[in-house]
Amino acid sequence: MRLTLLWTDIMVWVLLAVIVVWGSVMFRSPQVKKQWQNIFRAPVAMASAVVLLFYLCFTLLDSVHMRFSVERSPTGQSVTRHLSYQGEMVSLLDLLFSHALAHTERTYSAPFATHEYAKSIKVDAKGITRMVYRPLKYVKIPPEEGKTADILSRSFRAVAIGLLASLLLIVLHITLGGEAPFVLKVRRIIRGETVLPWRTAYLTFTLLFVAFTWMYLLSYHYHVLGTDKVGGDVLYQTLKSIRTGVLIGTLATLVMLPVSIVLGISAGYFGGWVDDVIQYLYTTLNSIPGVLLIAGAVLVMQVMMDNHPQWFETTLERSDLRLLFLILILGMTSWTGLCRLLRAETLKISQVAFVTAAKAFGVSRWKIIFRHIMPNLMHIILISVVLDFSGLVLAEAVLSYVGVGVDPTMYSWGNMINQARLEMAREPMVWWSLFSAFVFMFVLVLAANLLSDRVQHVLDPRNVK
Amino acid sequence: MLGYILRRIIYAVPILIGVNLITFILFFMVNTPDDMARAQLGAKQVTPQMIEAWKVEKGYDKPLFVNPKAPGLEKFSDTLFVQESLKLFRFDFGASDANRDIASDIKTRMGPSLAIALPTFFIALVTNISLALLLVLFRGSVLDTGMMVVAVMIMSVSGLFYIIAGQVLFSKLWHWVPISGYASGWEGVKFVILPVMIGVFAGLGSGVRWYRSIFLEQINQDYVRTARAKGLSEISVLFKHVLKNGMLPILTGVVVVIPSLFMGSLIMESFFGIPGLGSYTIDAINAQDFSIVKAMVFLGSVLYIAGLILTDISYTLFDPRVKLS
Repeated sequence: MRLTLLWTDIMVWVLLAVIVVWGSVMFRSPQVKKQWQNIFRAPVAMASAVVLLFYLCFTLLDSVHMRFSVERSPTGQSVTRHLSYQGEMVSLLDLLFSHALAHTERTYSAPFATHEYAKSIKVDAKGITRMVYRPLKYVKIPPEEGKTADILSRSFRAVAIGLLASLLLIVLHITLGGEAPFVLKVRRIIRGETVLPWRTAYLTFTLLFVAFTWMYLLSYHYHVLGTDKVGGDVLYQTLKSIRTGVLIGTLATLVMLPVSIVLGISAGYFGGWVDDVIQYLYTTLNSIPGVLLIAGAVLVMQVMMDNHPQWFETTLERSDLRLLFLILILGMTSWTGLCRLLRAETLKISQVAFVTAAKAFGVSRWKIIFRHIMPNLMHIILISVVLDFSGLVLAEAVLSYVGVGVDPTMYSWGNMINQARLEMAREPMVWWSLFSAFVFMFVLVLAANLLSDRVQHVLDPRNVK
Repeated sequence: MLGYILRRIIYAVPILIGVNLITFILFFMVNTPDDMARAQLGAKQVTPQMIEAWKVEKGYDKPLFVNPKAPGLEKFSDTLFVQESLKLFRFDFGASDANRDIASDIKTRMGPSLAIALPTFFIALVTNISLALLLVLFRGSVLDTGMMVVAVMIMSVSGLFYIIAGQVLFSKLWHWVPISGYASGWEGVKFVILPVMIGVFAGLGSGVRWYRSIFLEQINQDYVRTARAKGLSEISVLFKHVLKNGMLPILTGVVVVIPSLFMGSLIMESFFGIPGLGSYTIDAINAQDFSIVKAMVFLGSVLYIAGLILTDISYTLFDPRVKLS
């Protein structure tokens, strides 16, 4: 086994490291700490954060890729010297769902179905051809029980396991946090007397964890969300799509941030020709219809990738490279909005007395920018990061539909919707791909929207009473 | 006023040149003039002479940015970039890669685009503002909070789902309207209804929230208190005072998109098979027809800048304090 990180994997882990470092630096200041406590004092913010963390976990699980050696010696003695690696890379999530990958059916099947969705020709022993619903290859039900009974008994077991495991984790979390005796802490949490609404957080966590355990354990015996056109498990596809969505939502903003911060502050602080040039730049970019600019850039990227096949070895690397370019393009086309906001705010702050005083004391302009202006822009930056996230996740679906999104071989909600759309004419409808993409996307975007509302409410100075 | 508008139009020129530069660079990173000639002449038996002849005929034989052979100022003017840009400024879009006249295509496709975009725009405007006023009237009540939750939920669903759900429910299950297609005149109403309704609904969440926040900002102003103190009813305070004063921030966001309505909606049109400019653009993107994309980018930028100018003009109409100079 060899760890192989894709470009986007590296970016994800760098992003995580940046957030952790930045967070630990920021949290030294008591005001910032208080502000964040304020944000999470609302139960809705806490619940959204738990949901987002859950999605983040899947992203991280899916961002550790490795290759397995082709030959494994039966005795267990490793042949370390001449290992040859499989072309295919798998992530931790793939390993977790290796059973779902192995259980690929022939074609469409509904959630929890035992037979295929459409009839197909079958020649029986007597040589008579008939149209029958073929049974699925990997769904086996013990004949003495019915399907419903089987699902129920398995669900019961899965939910019980999920509840137990989540309870265990919560107990662990409670014991690790704080000095007070355990029983007292539990009582406070149950009564909702904690500073942060931990009760909501634990409830949300339990709900998500149990739902996931249920789907995961049942996916060994059924296709919980059905199968797609070529028999792939839809649950697996939806979970793989999480990474694509979260990556586009976070990394594109990360790419755009330095550009808009540097340009916005310089335009606002220095003024003059610097301001003119930067204003010209963003007015020009802004006046091009967004989708067209992205489409144009993506077309260029496609041609460039076709001309340089040496950049990638496997199809996964290829689609990953395309995702990376798409993120860069989205970042480069979306910095204008934040840049304009930052310019206006910098202009405003530069006139305020404390900046004038700093200037009079002879503080250098870089120090003024970093010590006096930047901290006062943080709320705008933070709000726009959270606000952009949901917009970008939704944009991915639209771009994939237009044909300028992620690689068609990549799992993404946009691609799932796109494929499902082609099957709309079928009678009865193939609804499960669409449904799964809808639910997973909706939960993510809703959580992000609710959190961003809360962040905006707390950080926006106009709301300070 | 007229002088101001003229100056704004002159300011637009460098921006449009910038837009052209961006599309030009993107375009020629993908296609060299030789590639274009080959695509136009067909793949079979194209001799280098034929390519050269085609390039001379279409004017693609010139260098991209600097022409060292030309004398004086023509070093820069006698180049592909300047020639192509001038063509665009005259709204001469030329022929698409599939050899159709882009300008006439745009003219015929503008109608269907407007047939969807205009009703969507105005119905959405009226619904959003009335709903927002209603919520402001009942602010802080269960209705207000409930509707705000619904608004966030509406916002959190991808527009694609509304379209698919609408088509399945209204066309496939209930057969109220045809699933897609277009006809001009009154015949077209049955095709237009569903996309318009879906367009209005999809924008409801963010729209109502935005207008509501604008009105709520007004409601705490002194003039509102004065109006109430005069004994005006809450409804006439809202409609006569708050709505009027909220007009200015509303105009900033609304007027700028009016000219861009011509461009149509990419997604809506291609889902409902409406032969407008949006589906035209999508088809061009899918066929990698860069000439059309280039023309649409230029058109879109012109319309956007027109929207900015219109916004400024509309300010003077609604706020007598604003004077353009």
